[in-house]
Amino acid sequence: MSSHVSASAVAASPWEGGRSPYATNSKKFGMWLFIISDSLTFSALLFAYTYSRVSNPDWPTPFHFSPSIIFSSIMTFALLSSSLTMVMAVAAMNNGNRKAATGWILATMAGGGTFVVLHLSEWMNLINNEGVTPFKNPWGVPLFGGTFFALTGLHMTHVVIGLIYLGIMAQAVARGKFKAEDVEVSGLYWHFVDLVWMFIFPLVYLMSAKI
Amino acid sequence: MSTHTEEVHHAGATTMTFAKVWIVLLALTGAEVLLAYEQVPTMIMLTILVGLSVIKAALIIAYFMHMKFERLSLFLTLFPMMIFCIVLMLIFLGDAVRIPVMRAPL
Repeated sequence: MSSHVSASAVAASPWEGGRSPYATNSKKFGMWLFIISDSLTFSALLFAYTYSRVSNPDWPTPFHFSPSIIFSSIMTFALLSSSLTMVMAVAAMNNGNRKAATGWILATMAGGGTFVVLHLSEWMNLINNEGVTPFKNPWGVPLFGGTFFALTGLHMTHVVIGLIYLGIMAQAVARGKFKAEDVEVSGLYWHFVDLVWMFIFPLVYLMSAKI
Repeated sequence: MSTHTEEVHHAGATTMTFAKVWIVLLALTGAEVLLAYEQVPTMIMLTILVGLSVIKAALIIAYFMHMKFERLSLFLTLFPMMIFCIVLMLIFLGDAVRIPVMRAPL
């Protein structure tokens, strides 16, 4: 009698075992856990940048409208658009259209590639034309270069890893491997990379734009 | 019965919705760039820029990352601790404001 009651109680609660309380597969949940921990890493770096900036009244503003702000705006556009194409890739996979999904993933990679090329040329501009390196710069605030390159460098590393990840996904999906949920998990990672840039762009570039 | 409810497929958003979200994100980015060239006090500019960024992040998480169509339990498990950690980091920011005042005059 009592065992019957407890059995129905088990069936009523999603937390009593035998069910998935989050209604997601384990890969997706794992990626979400990684995203949360990685977002804390980026929060720490963004905080270090903000702290250094607030504590240095002579913080440099080396980002001229051309090329820095124009480039970083186009980079933002490229990342946002690549997020849209990634969503389309997931939608195509959910519809079972692997050919379209491969095309959308490749389009996403094109957006990410544009971002990396523009970001590297923006770095070269800072290094060659403004004299900013990770350890010194003409304005005598070495923390600027240190925090700037650490923050944007870690972000660019994530973009490059994302490009490799998507490249593997694209060729596997084209050959009939992986399921829709795997593409969705790679999409989560890519959207996260996009999301982080939504904070770096205003806080690093726009707040230090040379007016 | 119970297996049936597990298999309910969340249709999620349509292509049109994603395109709309993308346009809103681009518009917010454009507003941020325009704001950067306005003569606004630093604190107000910082508040607006971070506010817009949080809105953009929320849109990306809700629609692109599909969080709006997940169970609420996933969101409630993941996000409170993140907000808690970020707030803990910000506790030190007051110290950064104090440092320039404490500098020895050159």
